[in-house]
Amino acid sequence: MELFLQLVLSGIANGAIYACVALAIVMIYQAIHHLNFAQGEMAMFSTFIAWQLMQWGMPFWAAFPLTIILSFIGGVVIERVVIKPIENAPVLTHVVVFIALFTIINSMAGFIWDFTIKPFPTPFGTAPVLGGGLLSAHQAGMIAVTLIMLVMLFVFFRYTSTGLAMRAAAANPASARLVGIRVGWMTALGWGMASAIGSVAGMLIAPVVFLEPNMMLTILLYGFAGAVLGGLTSPGGAVLGGVIVGIVENLAGAYIPVVGAELKLPIALLLIIAVLVVKPSGLMGRRTVQRV
Amino acid sequence: MSALLEVHNLKAGYGPIEVLHGIDFRLPLGGVATLLGANGAGKTTTLRALCGMVRASGDIMFEGKPIGGRSTEDIARLGVAHVPEGRGTFTQLTVEENLKLGAISRSDKRAVAEDMERCFSYFPILKQRITQQAGLLSGGEQQMLAVARGLMLRPRMMLLDEPSFGLAPLIVRELFQILATINRAEKVSMLIVEQNASLALELADEAYLLETGNIVLSGSAKEISADESIRQSYLGY
Repeated sequence: MELFLQLVLSGIANGAIYACVALAIVMIYQAIHHLNFAQGEMAMFSTFIAWQLMQWGMPFWAAFPLTIILSFIGGVVIERVVIKPIENAPVLTHVVVFIALFTIINSMAGFIWDFTIKPFPTPFGTAPVLGGGLLSAHQAGMIAVTLIMLVMLFVFFRYTSTGLAMRAAAANPASARLVGIRVGWMTALGWGMASAIGSVAGMLIAPVVFLEPNMMLTILLYGFAGAVLGGLTSPGGAVLGGVIVGIVENLAGAYIPVVGAELKLPIALLLIIAVLVVKPSGLMGRRTVQRV
Repeated sequence: MSALLEVHNLKAGYGPIEVLHGIDFRLPLGGVATLLGANGAGKTTTLRALCGMVRASGDIMFEGKPIGGRSTEDIARLGVAHVPEGRGTFTQLTVEENLKLGAISRSDKRAVAEDMERCFSYFPILKQRITQQAGLLSGGEQQMLAVARGLMLRPRMMLLDEPSFGLAPLIVRELFQILATINRAEKVSMLIVEQNASLALELADEAYLLETGNIVLSGSAKEISADESIRQSYLGY
């Protein structure tokens, strides 16, 4: 029973990270209706920036917000320079551009910081919290930071007029333009925020998986699984989906003998396929019905 | 009366297909003009061209300044409220959020709250529905919401695309009475596209008749509705 509880809790901790990645994916999907394959690499690059800032002597809690801001700017720049010019291009163009972004960012990180694995500090420490070491301090920190971020996002989207404008631009761009919303900039803002959310995920998971250019690959897949499970049209669903994926992954790895640690990743892929076959709109997504 | 909107040789279309073949019309300041015509005549395209939503050429002068070639959002910010075909409701958002969105380009928050109250005085039903998801409103309520959303911009000019579409006759009557009140009380000039010609002619000062992308007839609304032969051959009532 204690093992079970521990698995669930650490699943939630990992799930919090998947939830962030899923949320970043959904935010961009809502704005441009394409899946950003480079989301993980963007987060990885952000994490390297944080690492570099700390190498230069900055304390963690200074590097953390600065990285978020830099990542936000980076996201906006990527949207303006790369994505905006292809906004009306077909889906394959987007796929190719995202793959290109993925490769470019990955190689750039390798070129600048090389491919050796680097330790990344945790600001929370590794001492166990909650009796009997059910959860480490870093895991608790991951959950707490994610929760704080989610609450901030919720407040932003629900109670600010920019948040309202972003929701309107995503839901009905034509109508949004007619009330004077600059839809293009809302998309850029969405990219900036997705990039910032991703950077938080990267900085939180880096102490666990260690810092290297390929660190986000599996996490991106889990994030995709979470986003698909929750529904690509629902930010709340993405968060829920991410957490569920974290828990399922952990439990399956421990309790299903053939799965073990090696076959955890296929579980995520299996989940994606299962959801797409059984309930393509996901747990909380809207089904879109189109008249033809 | 000086013209709020003056359009000269407006051509517009979709892709390679030209829908409007160079039309001229004007909307007097504080007045109501109506564009009449059958399906596919180019009425909706005209409104879209005015708002930069389709490829267009020609002169569009709004308050004496050319607005042709400007972006849709910039034109809206000049005080042009376009109530589009299909109402353009933000269906997943609440009624209140829809109304707030109408005023999203404005910075005078206190006046926005007052304007929302004024919208409720025109359309009391919206106040009852304020927390509901807008997509769950009836067709008539959604049309009222669309007009109210346009009004929240404090527009100089409203472009209304078939406000009567899909509504019960009684609701249409009510809506047009409210539009007449808004025109007088808020000094909002209106350009109304309608298939329901008799109704539009009652409200309008001037009327233009579109046929396959050309204006074939124009004049005061009174003259046109009084002319038996025009009515029978073009307006079908």
